[in-house]
Amino acid sequence: MKQDHSTLKTLYAAFPSTIPIMTAFLFLGLTYGVLVNVSGFPWYYATLMALTIFAGSVEFLCVHWLIMPFHPLQVFALTLMVNARHLFYGISMLDRYKGTGWRKLYLIFGLCDETFSINYTIEPPAGIDRTSFMTAVTALNQSYWVVGATAGGLFGSYLTFNMQGLGFVLTAMFVVIFLEQWLKQKNRAAAYVGFGVSLICLLAFGSEQFIIPTMLGILGVLTLLRRPLEDKLPATPGPESESGAAHSRVNVKEEGNA
Amino acid sequence: MTQTLTEQVLTILSCVAATMLTRFIPFLLFPPGRPTPAYIQYLGRHLPLAVFALLVVYCLRQVDPLMAPYGTPELLGIAITVALHLWLRQMLISIAGGTIAYMLLVQWVFS
Repeated sequence: MKQDHSTLKTLYAAFPSTIPIMTAFLFLGLTYGVLVNVSGFPWYYATLMALTIFAGSVEFLCVHWLIMPFHPLQVFALTLMVNARHLFYGISMLDRYKGTGWRKLYLIFGLCDETFSINYTIEPPAGIDRTSFMTAVTALNQSYWVVGATAGGLFGSYLTFNMQGLGFVLTAMFVVIFLEQWLKQKNRAAAYVGFGVSLICLLAFGSEQFIIPTMLGILGVLTLLRRPLEDKLPATPGPESESGAAHSRVNVKEEGNA
Repeated sequence: MTQTLTEQVLTILSCVAATMLTRFIPFLLFPPGRPTPAYIQYLGRHLPLAVFALLVVYCLRQVDPLMAPYGTPELLGIAITVALHLWLRQMLISIAGGTIAYMLLVQWVFS
């Protein structure tokens, strides 16, 4: 009983900071579920992918990938690239997730953009255990997404209005995420690299083969540009301050998403 | 459906495995108290912007600028998304507004 009470108390304490994410995840999750549904898959595909992948943009892409010819290596490589930013969240959370015991596995599993932004920035209220608070935030966020996706998967077939063009939600989402990063990043060279290499490879390799060459090209160009790009950054004399700058950069960037 | 059930499971598992790799690797590679290599930090700062540019291109890869309607619905949809976002800076409204505008365009104007 005592355990239940404290779990409820923790959920109650964590809930307010997840409200913006609840709104976004219920809507996007619903849209995602509808997309799964109208793409011809049963509703539980949406639920299962929301539970196991739990990375919004990749789940949208995965619906694409399920319709297209079987190409698991490209799926794996593209997912790595899309989610490469998680590496950075992980690096930022190394200390915060230290000493969280067995719940650390779930905390890392659920480390999406939005969960990262809260667990990185929000301090639990007095009297609330930090590990329990972060676990509650992670679980609440995932539950919004799973509920939204399941509802969309279930009721998508009852939606009578024309769904043509719904897939554009993915384009719009990436445009907005890109724009957010563009507005917050002082050095925008990587955007030109991204667009330039993508368009060149799209022309050279065609629409179904250009992803992996593009990924390698971006890595290569960014590696070549490391010197000039790092020189342009303000105040990066040593590894110490660089690490500090990196932390605040991710922090600022993610606040906009939440 | 072009993929068998086994292929579908493998496609989804590829997503799960790659996602989990990106989330778990830092905790496996960089135990607490050791400095992160500068190259990884550099990529972490610049890769996201490049990757989202790639993803925008990826979403538009099948748009043919040489055939009617010459990518007009996509351009308008993106323009509305960007305008909404610069105006209100609310991700949800920008995404919903751009998507609804695009759906109306392809269903009514360019159908």
